[in-house]
Amino acid sequence: MKHLLSINDLSKDAAIEILNLAVEMQQVNTREIKKLPALTGRTVANLFFEDSTRTRISFEIAARRLSADVINFSAKGSSVSKGESLKDTVQTLEAMGVEALIVRHNHSGAVNTIANSDWSNAVVINAGDGTHEHPTQALLDSLTIRQRVSGLDNKGDLSGLRVLIVGDILHSRVARSNLLLLRKLGATVAVSAPSTLIPSRIANYCDEVYFDLDEALSNKFDVVMMLRIQSERMNSAFMPNSSEYSFGWGLGDTRFSKLSKVTLIMHPGPMNRGLEISSKAADSDQSAILDQVSNGVAVRMAVLYKLLAQEKKND
Amino acid sequence: MTKQRTIFRNAKLADGKVVDISVVGDNIESVGPNLDLQGTEVNCVGLIALQGLVDLHTHLREPGFEQSETILTGSRAAAKGGFTAVHAMANTSPVADSAAVVEQVFALGQAAGYVYVQPIGAVTSNLEGKQLADLLKMNQSRAGVTVFSDDGKCVSDSLLMRRALEYVKAFGGVIAQHAQDPNLTVDAQMNEGALSFELGLAGWPQVAEEAIVARDVLLAEHVDSRLHICHVSTAGSVEIIRWAKARGIKVTAEVTPHHLILTEDLVKDYNPIYKVNPPLRTEKDVLALRAAVADGTIDIVATDHAPHTADSKDCEFGQAAFGMIGLETAAAVVQTTLIETGLIDWTRFQEVLSTAPAAISGLNRHGQKLAPGHAANLTFIDPTAKTTVGPESESKSRNNPYLGLELSGQIVHTIFEGTFTVKNSQIQEIHHD
Repeated sequence: MKHLLSINDLSKDAAIEILNLAVEMQQVNTREIKKLPALTGRTVANLFFEDSTRTRISFEIAARRLSADVINFSAKGSSVSKGESLKDTVQTLEAMGVEALIVRHNHSGAVNTIANSDWSNAVVINAGDGTHEHPTQALLDSLTIRQRVSGLDNKGDLSGLRVLIVGDILHSRVARSNLLLLRKLGATVAVSAPSTLIPSRIANYCDEVYFDLDEALSNKFDVVMMLRIQSERMNSAFMPNSSEYSFGWGLGDTRFSKLSKVTLIMHPGPMNRGLEISSKAADSDQSAILDQVSNGVAVRMAVLYKLLAQEKKND
Repeated sequence: MTKQRTIFRNAKLADGKVVDISVVGDNIESVGPNLDLQGTEVNCVGLIALQGLVDLHTHLREPGFEQSETILTGSRAAAKGGFTAVHAMANTSPVADSAAVVEQVFALGQAAGYVYVQPIGAVTSNLEGKQLADLLKMNQSRAGVTVFSDDGKCVSDSLLMRRALEYVKAFGGVIAQHAQDPNLTVDAQMNEGALSFELGLAGWPQVAEEAIVARDVLLAEHVDSRLHICHVSTAGSVEIIRWAKARGIKVTAEVTPHHLILTEDLVKDYNPIYKVNPPLRTEKDVLALRAAVADGTIDIVATDHAPHTADSKDCEFGQAAFGMIGLETAAAVVQTTLIETGLIDWTRFQEVLSTAPAAISGLNRHGQKLAPGHAANLTFIDPTAKTTVGPESESKSRNNPYLGLELSGQIVHTIFEGTFTVKNSQIQEIHHD
C-alpha cells in the first residue's frame, strides 16, 4: 500500500494493524516529551483546498510528533485562488521535495487523480475528498469504538457490534468511509436519514436502513454516530427546513433520554448543537466526541508511520 | 480536358454482391461486375464498399476553440474515419445562431475540402434557452441549415421547445434535442447509481433524460413536427422512443459509439477520459441500445466527437470537460459491437452510418445508393483487420477513450466527391487548385 485514498485500500488485517499501531502512538501522547524521531528529516505537506481546522491541525500535530517537517498549503491565500491547476500545485510541491501529500479537496476523487498521475511520487493521504471518503476519520472512529465499548478485544476487530449512522448518508464522506471500515471489521451497520439523503441503491453498502429514527433506536445499537447536517441541503429540497430535520432525525433530549445508558454517542464534528444533536447528548458521559478528536492524532501518526517509515522502506 | 476514370475492382457491396465501381469526376459512372472500362485501377478484393459515412453530430470547435480542434483537423479526422459528411454542432464561440456564423463554418469546411461540413444551427440565441435563434435566416443562408440543436444544453423550456418544433416545420427543419433536465442534473458527473454513491460523484439520473424524451415526443406529436433525439443513453429512453414510433410520431434517434461499448465502471478510478455527457451507463443500457439499433428504434449512430485539450482532461474529475473524440473509431466500434455480435449486417450498418443521417438532414449528395449518376462519396472498409487503438490521430485532441482496445475493421479508402481523402489508410493531402 503506497497511498491511503479509500478504506478499500486496506485489508482487514492492515486496518487492525493501523489501529494497534495507533494504540502505541497513544502511549507517546501521554508522555511528557510527546515526540518520536521516526520521520526526522522527512517533509510532509498539508495540502488543503477546502476549509478545515480540526483535520489539518490533527495531521500537523501527528506529523510533528513523528519529527517530520510540515508545510501547510491552503488553497485560500495561495496561487490556487488565482487559477493555478491542481497539477501545477502538486508538481510545485514535488519539486520542493515533499514526500507526502495530505490532501483535502472539494472534488471527489481528486486524491486518486494525484496518486494515479505522473505529477508526483509523493505518498498521498486522503484527508477528505468531496463527498467521497475520509478514511482517517473512519479509522479514528473504529479506534474510539474499540476502546470505549466494553467487551471488545482491544487488539481485535468489531465483530458482533451494532452501529447506527444517522444523517446525510448521500453526501457524507465520513459515512462512506465508516460504512466500509466498520463492516470490514465485522460490525453490523445501519443508516437512518430522510429518504432523500439515503441513495436508493445503498443495499450493498449497509445492513439495515431506517427512514424512521425512533424505530432504528428501538433496535438496540451499541453505537449511534450522528453526522453533521449541512445547511445547503435545505436549499436543494432534500428536506423542508432544519426544524423538520431536528424533529425527525435529531438526537434531542427526548430521544437521548430513551437511549440505553451504555450506547456510545459519536459525532465527527463540527457539531450543529441543537440541530442534529443536543448539548445534553453531546456532553454526556456516554459521548465519545472528545475521544474521537484525541484519537485522531494517534491514528494519523499511525498512518504516517506506516506509509512513510514502514512501507517506503520496502520500496 | 477528359476527366480521369478510377475503377474500384471487386469490392463487396453491403448486400454482399461483388462489383466494380467506376468513378469519373465527382460522380459514380457505373456499378457492376467486371466492368469493361479503362482507367486507374484500384484493387478492392476483400474490401466492403459503402456509401460515404455521414455523421450527424460532430463538434469541430471552430470558431472559438481552435486549441481543441479546427474545421480542417476535424475534417481530416472525419475522412480518416470513413466519413464524407459531418454536421458541425452549434456550440462554438460565437455560437452558430446566425446566418453569418453558419456561413463561415460552411465556407471553412469547403476550404478544408476533406468532407462536406454541414453546419447545425442553434435553436436558441447564444444557447441560452430563452429566445429562438435566426432559424429561417440560417435555413435560407448558403449553409442551408435544416438541423437545429442547442446540443450541450437541453431546450428545457416546454413552450420554447414546442415553438421551435412548430417553427422549423415550415421549412422542413428538425430539432435535435439534447435530452437532459437541467434541474435533475445540477453538477452531475456520472450515471446515478450504486457506483456514483461509492465514488461520491453527483449522479446524472436516467430519468433526467427519459423525462425530456417523453415530453418531447408528445410535443412533436401535438404539433406534428419532426424531432431528433441526440445521443440516447438509457434503456428507458429506448422504450419511450419505441412507443412513440409505434404511435406514428415523427421521431428519430441516435446513439453514440461510446454508449454502445463503454460502461460506467470505467469511471471508478476517476479518469476524466471517461467523463462524457450523457454519461456512460450500465451494461443493461448498452445491450438495450445495441438491440435498438438492430430493431430500428434507434435510427443512426452519430459520434458526438468532442475534442478537448490535454489540460482540460488532466485534472480533477469534477473539473474536467465532458466529452471524448470518436470520428476515427466510430465505424470500428459499430462493427465490433453490432456486426461481430451478429446483431446487424452491413446493409443496416450503411443505413445507420450513412443513409439515415443524410436523410434526417436532407443532404442530396450523401447517403445515396452506390449507383450510376450518384455522387462519388464512398468508403472502403477492410472488415478482417484488427486494430489496437493507439494515440495517433488526425484530430488536434487526444481524449480518446479506446486506447489499447482491440477493434475490428479498418477504413482503407475514403472518396469524397471523387477524390481520395484517405488511400490505403493514409490521409491524403488535398491540393486546392
